[in-house]
Amino acid sequence: MPPLATFLLKRLAAALPVLAIVLLGSFALLEAAPGDAVDAYIGRSGALDAGQIEALRRELRLDEGPANRLAAYVSALARGDLGWSSAFERPVASVVAERLPVTLLLMGVSTALAFLLGSLLGVVAGARPGSWRDRFLSTASLALYAVPGFWLGLVLIVVFSVHLHWLPIGGIEAVASGRTGLARIGDIAAHMVLPVASLSMIYLGLYLRLMRDRMAAIWNEPFALALKARGLSRTRIVWRHIARNAIVPAVTMLGLQAAAMLGGSVVIESVFAIPGFGRLAAEAVSRRDTPLLLGVILCSALIVILANLLVDLAYGKLDPRVRIRT
Amino acid sequence: MTGWGNIGWQARFGLLLLAALGLMALAAPLIAPGDPLALSGPPLLRPFLDAAHPLGTDRLGRDVLAGIVHGSRTTLMIALFSAAAALMFGSLIGTLSGFLGGIVDLALMRLTEAFQTVPAFLLALAAISMSGPGIPTLVFAISLGNWTQAARVTRAEVLSLRERDFVAAARVLGMRPLEIAFREILPNAFGPLVSLAAISVASAILIEAALSFLGFGDPNRVTWGSMIAEGRTVLRAAPYLSVVPGIALVATVLGVHFAGRGLALREGVSRRERVAQ
Repeated sequence: MPPLATFLLKRLAAALPVLAIVLLGSFALLEAAPGDAVDAYIGRSGALDAGQIEALRRELRLDEGPANRLAAYVSALARGDLGWSSAFERPVASVVAERLPVTLLLMGVSTALAFLLGSLLGVVAGARPGSWRDRFLSTASLALYAVPGFWLGLVLIVVFSVHLHWLPIGGIEAVASGRTGLARIGDIAAHMVLPVASLSMIYLGLYLRLMRDRMAAIWNEPFALALKARGLSRTRIVWRHIARNAIVPAVTMLGLQAAAMLGGSVVIESVFAIPGFGRLAAEAVSRRDTPLLLGVILCSALIVILANLLVDLAYGKLDPRVRIRT
Repeated sequence: MTGWGNIGWQARFGLLLLAALGLMALAAPLIAPGDPLALSGPPLLRPFLDAAHPLGTDRLGRDVLAGIVHGSRTTLMIALFSAAAALMFGSLIGTLSGFLGGIVDLALMRLTEAFQTVPAFLLALAAISMSGPGIPTLVFAISLGNWTQAARVTRAEVLSLRERDFVAAARVLGMRPLEIAFREILPNAFGPLVSLAAISVASAILIEAALSFLGFGDPNRVTWGSMIAEGRTVLRAAPYLSVVPGIALVATVLGVHFAGRGLALREGVSRRERVAQ
């Protein structure tokens, strides 16, 4: 087998116990929730007679012990069946699939912006630790880190939408505008500016600080002194050597931060009325739809596991010491 | 010894900010007597116009200053309790994991990973969906996603402490393993938890604010998050209603970060000095 495939399989195998714990937890929550899948079904299709209810319960194995129910739950999940959403009166999987792309777009753009701009500013700050630039940027990163995204979103709406009328106030695109092609992409982009800004600011501060702190530590290492002694230009030392070495922890953070950003999207999507995956979680709680909430949680866990897998792959490219071993 | 003079301006600024907030929370009934949810004046009064309502009133005529002052109590209480619970539980798991090793370590670390895989905010939502809003639920819900870092940090620290001479000495003295873990090792592993405490408190404040902003807080208490949500309904006409509680929120989290980072730097320096001696 090619080394990459082996590596991927190994990583997925390592994620299995974690996934199993998440599954068990969500099954326990489902068991603890009042009512069962049949109650939800009755709520949808109106009255069923007692015989039909019994048949349905048997079919879904709800009349058996918890072990069999767990088996039925896992096998349903394996087939991509996340259960029935009573709030949307549709299968959870189809609701999730419909909402996911918007959130992935929002998260992807926010992550890219936070990572690129944050580490770039981090390099500026870390190029000369202790300089006024460093002190200003470090303090600014702490300040960014303290601003709740949803509040920043509201402030941005007041400034850019209500007062300046530059950007739309919410949603993901203009309703029934009939735009196609580039015009539609431009419209979606305009709608994304404020949500992306609100979601990425905290992480921008995070990457800035991470990069800066790591660079400040690397300057103290003997090889930095050796580079200076060899007479390399400062720009070259900063970019080719110090920053290159400092980027590894920032890449690690990309994986860790995926979970936090998914959590953040719950509130941001509510603020900007974006019909996304995160907002689904809040809707599930307020409409008492446990299967939907658990569907969102399971999918988030999968997304986080995949994000970390991608980060592991990126390591090999960045750090020759962690080349993929088979 | 770490004194006021040598902790740096960031830590001093943070501690002063936190002290002011603590005072405000303690003196809430004196600054704004009565129920902060009671109607006390004309609706939508702008800030700085009326001495009786220095920060104005909301859509229903409730005093914004009273909300801020009383909200600080709820915010600080929930944040402190849930951060404390998270740190205690996390260090318990981390100590057991690091000290016992083997299969226990493996199982506890997989559990920690599982909790890190699910976004903390979704864990909190799941807990709230199970037992409905209320202060104890909120504390539990927020700590649910907040303990994993403490577990990892404590475990790493315990692993490095486990082989030290004083642990061997305790064993020779005939102390039982769990006694050694919790009376000898855990207290020595507290150092790194200090800087983690600030991060935990800050993230607890932010999660609490987001939860109550979405309407999943305690409906009988005023919180900054619920004030921001309340102001959002009249965002065009009265943006100050959302802006003011947000500033309180930012100031609090900023104070926690500045104090934590300043103290952590000092802690790091003094630890290094201790090691050097």
